[in-house]
Amino acid sequence: MSGLISQLPVLPVITPLIAAPLTLLLPKGRVPWAWATIVSWLTFAASAALLHNVATNGVVSYHLGDWAPPLGIEYRIDLANALVLFLVSGIAAIVFPFAYESVRSETDNRQSSLFYGAMQICLAGMLGVTITGDAFNVFVFLEISSLSTYALVAMGARRDRRALTAAFNYLVMGTIGATFFVIGIGLLYQATGTLNMADLHLRLAGQDNRVIEAGFAFIVVGIGLKAAMFPMHLWLPNAYTYAPSVVTAFIAATATKVAVYVLVRFFYSIFSPDFAFMQATFAYVLLPLGVIGMFVASLVAVFQADVKRMLAYSSVAQIGYMLLGVSLGTKAGLAAALVHVFNHALIKGALFMSVACVVLRLGSHANEAFQGLGRRMPVTTGAFILSGLSLVGAPATVGFISKWYLLKATFEVGHWGVSFLIVASSLISLIYIGRIIEMMVLREPPESGPLSAPIKEAPMSMLIPMWVLVAANVYFGLQTDLTGGIASAAADALMTVGGAR
Amino acid sequence: MEHLILRVTTKILFAPILLFALYVQFHGDYGPGGGFQAGVIFSVAFILHALCFGLDATKRALPQNFLVVGMVVGFMLYAGTGVATMILGGNLLGYDALAPASTHHAGQHLGILLVEFGVGMAVASTMLTIFYHFAGREPEIDPKHW
Repeated sequence: MSGLISQLPVLPVITPLIAAPLTLLLPKGRVPWAWATIVSWLTFAASAALLHNVATNGVVSYHLGDWAPPLGIEYRIDLANALVLFLVSGIAAIVFPFAYESVRSETDNRQSSLFYGAMQICLAGMLGVTITGDAFNVFVFLEISSLSTYALVAMGARRDRRALTAAFNYLVMGTIGATFFVIGIGLLYQATGTLNMADLHLRLAGQDNRVIEAGFAFIVVGIGLKAAMFPMHLWLPNAYTYAPSVVTAFIAATATKVAVYVLVRFFYSIFSPDFAFMQATFAYVLLPLGVIGMFVASLVAVFQADVKRMLAYSSVAQIGYMLLGVSLGTKAGLAAALVHVFNHALIKGALFMSVACVVLRLGSHANEAFQGLGRRMPVTTGAFILSGLSLVGAPATVGFISKWYLLKATFEVGHWGVSFLIVASSLISLIYIGRIIEMMVLREPPESGPLSAPIKEAPMSMLIPMWVLVAANVYFGLQTDLTGGIASAAADALMTVGGAR
Repeated sequence: MEHLILRVTTKILFAPILLFALYVQFHGDYGPGGGFQAGVIFSVAFILHALCFGLDATKRALPQNFLVVGMVVGFMLYAGTGVATMILGGNLLGYDALAPASTHHAGQHLGILLVEFGVGMAVASTMLTIFYHFAGREPEIDPKHW
């Protein structure tokens, strides 16, 4: 048993990584799905155990290949990445069981083993990015998850061939992002001669020169592209819209969150707050871009004729909230960003899952498909309304908790204008979510055309996982000890990481 | 018979190329080389075969299904070595656990040999899969196939 505990840090990554190739050997049909579901549950169990372990015993360090850091690759898990690991594997454990019917109707069934294999590789990549304590290893895992995501987005081509151009766009933009990131890492390596994060932090302390500033800028732009930070979000709406619904639900809830986590990790675990260039970046780049992103993307979302696309733009706006929290540069701001990373994953996961149910029955995610849905698919409509209210920030949901933490953080530093803007942009999200809710509840179903055919409610295999996530939206909205408490402690840990070693 | 010289030359070269791939594979421990290079060289023999005898003949000799198995087995050799070291009490890929009694790190030697062989297999199968898909692509995709 002690052997298992000592190997625990590596299990969340290697379980899906080893299981994914084996998926290729499985027969087509239900088996790859069942296998992926079991793997996602095992991974979640390992991540949950790891979070518990870190919460009780403090930072865990694991040396791959028994090579001691800083030479060897180190997995270093503190509360911040344990929380993100828990989140990503938790979303996977809910989305994978949900996937079967939706994937069967939206992708080519001959590719089912490839599809679930790619999903597991994507999961392994994101968990690897989160868990590692080695800057170059972040790049490797980032590419593992991104490459499989490109393939997954392209698999939406059976329903809509625009998925191919969306995937290609995402490939080009994502690769530019990865290149910028690795150039940044290269510059830091040139300046310090090390790739281990904790070691980088020690060696960068007190250094302030052009090489490091350039490295920092490259990393921010590179990860900013992956996170769909406001002016670099152009790949995101198409990729989310044309990907298979399950893929959208999975990556919308995880991929950009992991990228935001990487930014935070670099800001605080590698650079330190006394790095003047970073403070300037916070004040003059991240804060304004975050605020502009909140407004522009929300306004664009209001005018979309397609629910999936609308939610994609809303995701860009939500990234703005997270960057806003980070850019305050305070512990409360960082905690607010981490809380929102967690909460927004629950919200967007649930919303995109309800869209997946609609697509399964009606074959469309245009606004018209949602007309009168309250009478045709009441259970799905309920899930959409609850998680939509959560997105707006209604009390007793996680969205409210996020906004509350964020507002508190802005009050603390006296940015009254920014607090006002947060509330104002929340009202815009009320407009676009309210518009869809109005369509679903108050309008009549279409009477003619392909959308008017009588339909059943989505199958149980989809409703149960979706409602688990909706219930999580409410549970974590009432019970904030886990998210708020761990996020605050994680922010503490991030801001004091240099002294820990 | 068309292109007789090319075909005879290919037949003569085929086996030495495979042999050279294995040399690069196993000499990677001592000099330049290793799984990635060896895998590519190994697949080159089959690509040459396909260029001179046609893709169909190559696919009969080495079907796509074999390549999928090759990719998986190659990766599992790598990952399996890692898991084996974990079971034997080391960390993931901590090769010393493979031969704990050795005084000259025989475990490191054995570990890297297995891992590199896995890499070689996976790379060779993947290269050929990519080649098969590009070379075997129909000029225009039938809309029915979407």
